[in-house]
Amino acid sequence: MESIPYEHGLILASILFSLGLIGVLTRRNIVFVLMSLEIMLNASGLAFIVAAARWGHAEGQIMFLMILTLAAAEVAVGLGLIIQMYRRFQTVDINVLSEMKG
Amino acid sequence: MLDLIWLLPTFPLLGFLVLVLTAGKLPKPIVALIGAGSVGASFLLAALIAFQFANGGEDHYVREVWTWMAVGDFRSGFSFYLDGLSMVMMLIITGIGFLIHLYATGYMADDPGYSRFFSYMNLFVAAMLMLVLGDNLVLLYLGWEGVGLCSYLLIGFWYTNPENGYAARKAFVVTRVGDTSMAIGLFLLFAQLGTLNIQDMLSAAETEWAVGSGFAIAASLLLLGGAVGKSAQLPLQTWLPDAMAGPTPISALIHAATMVTAGVYLIARTHVLFELAPDVQMLVAWIGLITLLMAGFTALTQSDIKRVLAYSTVSQIGYMFLGLGVGAWSAAIFHLMTHAFFKALLFLASGTVILSLHHEQDIFKMGNLRKKLPVSFLSFLIGSLALTAFPFTSGYFSKDEILLGALALEGVGTWLWLGGVLGAFFTGIYTFRLFFLVFFGESRGHEPDKEVGGWHMNGPLYLLMVGALLAGFLHLPLEAVFNHGEAFEEHHVSALVHGFMIASPLIGIGVSYLFYMSGSLSVAGLMGNPLSRLLHRFWHSGWGMDWLYDRLFVFPFLWLARINRADLIDRCYGVLVELSRAGNELLVRTQTGYLRWYALSVVGGLVLIVSLGVLL
Repeated sequence: MESIPYEHGLILASILFSLGLIGVLTRRNIVFVLMSLEIMLNASGLAFIVAAARWGHAEGQIMFLMILTLAAAEVAVGLGLIIQMYRRFQTVDINVLSEMKG
Repeated sequence: MLDLIWLLPTFPLLGFLVLVLTAGKLPKPIVALIGAGSVGASFLLAALIAFQFANGGEDHYVREVWTWMAVGDFRSGFSFYLDGLSMVMMLIITGIGFLIHLYATGYMADDPGYSRFFSYMNLFVAAMLMLVLGDNLVLLYLGWEGVGLCSYLLIGFWYTNPENGYAARKAFVVTRVGDTSMAIGLFLLFAQLGTLNIQDMLSAAETEWAVGSGFAIAASLLLLGGAVGKSAQLPLQTWLPDAMAGPTPISALIHAATMVTAGVYLIARTHVLFELAPDVQMLVAWIGLITLLMAGFTALTQSDIKRVLAYSTVSQIGYMFLGLGVGAWSAAIFHLMTHAFFKALLFLASGTVILSLHHEQDIFKMGNLRKKLPVSFLSFLIGSLALTAFPFTSGYFSKDEILLGALALEGVGTWLWLGGVLGAFFTGIYTFRLFFLVFFGESRGHEPDKEVGGWHMNGPLYLLMVGALLAGFLHLPLEAVFNHGEAFEEHHVSALVHGFMIASPLIGIGVSYLFYMSGSLSVAGLMGNPLSRLLHRFWHSGWGMDWLYDRLFVFPFLWLARINRADLIDRCYGVLVELSRAGNELLVRTQTGYLRWYALSVVGGLVLIVSLGVLL
């Protein structure tokens, strides 16, 4: 079976990561920011899988399982916070929420 | 019994702790029991110890209780040293202290600060006992500062009156000048002789320092500085008259009988150092003489009953200094003892007068009180006779010894003696001026309803009367301390000299009688002369010493404080504040509150670190 070169996998992972990062930095809607974060997490997960396939080790896959769990927990907490935030401020725009300005 | 000596300061200290920790919650009879009882217990023990020590035939006794601090070679502990000198002192402190405590249970009966008063008094007695019993200068210094603290607390006892607080601060600051000098003296002694144990230090000084050597002069001068501060001698005497702001038993205990004589004790205790520096010892005599004359003149012009007694205390301590200065060590201690009796008596009796007249202290508003206040009258009569050295009262013997000691000195001795006799003349005038004004003549304003008193106030007065009359017949066991075991040198002088010494205070009494009793000489006539008015004002202000010190030290200091209100040193710290404020403003800019800015800075930092890691 022809295997996919690992460079391709890593390039894909970095493209996904950059997309996620750009999303985090540019989006104003916090739901989208959260989704972009998910993309970044999955990009790093992909990088782990590719690296594990390249070196023939199982740790990468274990790492991915952990990232999966982490992402699930993060979404659960994050969405809960977003709902609270919406209830309190009637908005999901993070630029409005800049009360921590020094 | 002797090894129980550590209990002496412990009793009053425990009394202090109990009274302080119960914070005035105890009923008054129990406070009185603890306050006076603890000192009474100390006195009983002191008497037993003294009895055993006097019969033991030993020169001294040392009891080490525990080590207080040990640093390298330096060790200093709570160890007590008993010899003739400290025995006399401890008996005076506990004995007269107990009588004054007993008196105070009646005098302070209506005071809301009853418990606080006795707690301070007990702390004072504990500190004073540490001072005289300590076998090293560190313990002595602990007691020295302890009595200073209690003096401050008790002068300002009625602290709601700002004047009392001012007097307390003045006493504290002025004695602090002397204390600082003494502390430097201790450092010098330790640096040069390597020990602060008094006896070791003295014998080391004797072997290592020649007579008149620089170190001996410096050390004894510095110690003298401490002594003049505590004992209210020139030039640090200004605090004592103001210290009369405290309750009268305090004036009797602290500012007449015990604490102010601590300077005399210090010099007597370290007399070896002063013998090594004869010039300084001469200075002690002159300080004493000048102080006793100045205070005598000032006492002539005062109108407050307690201030007259205060200046007379300064004057009598001047006599003790004169005795120390001419090397009549045991005469000085003898006078210390007799003075403690008769001055405590006079102060307590004046307390009864003041209380009977509802806190009136102006002698020109008193008069003709001898029938109304018989106990105070008798006390004043005996106290005044002893103070003026009337023949065969206690003061006569002690003052006599000091003056004869002065006369025995070659050279300037005659002048010192003459000054002392002149001082005795003025003592006669001012003492009986007070006596005649208060107890004879016509009543000028205040009529007491009845004399306050009771057994606990009159009892101490009667006992002190006996002491003031008869203490002169006591023999103090001081030969071993001062004469290295040799017997006293008897002074033989002609009958003329002796007669002169007896006569001079009597003439003073006579002058006082002419002015204030018979009226054949009138003060008003004397005051008609402008020169005497000027002198009166000058003496009334205590030779303008307060005026002088205000201009020399207080005003310049206030001026400095005023021009330096924007403190120069504060400026340096101000720069620090400005810098951090600027840094803060710089960093505040980074905190925009926008989430993406934070995310970007995290990413930026990561990129930076990773690229650095790759590149390097």
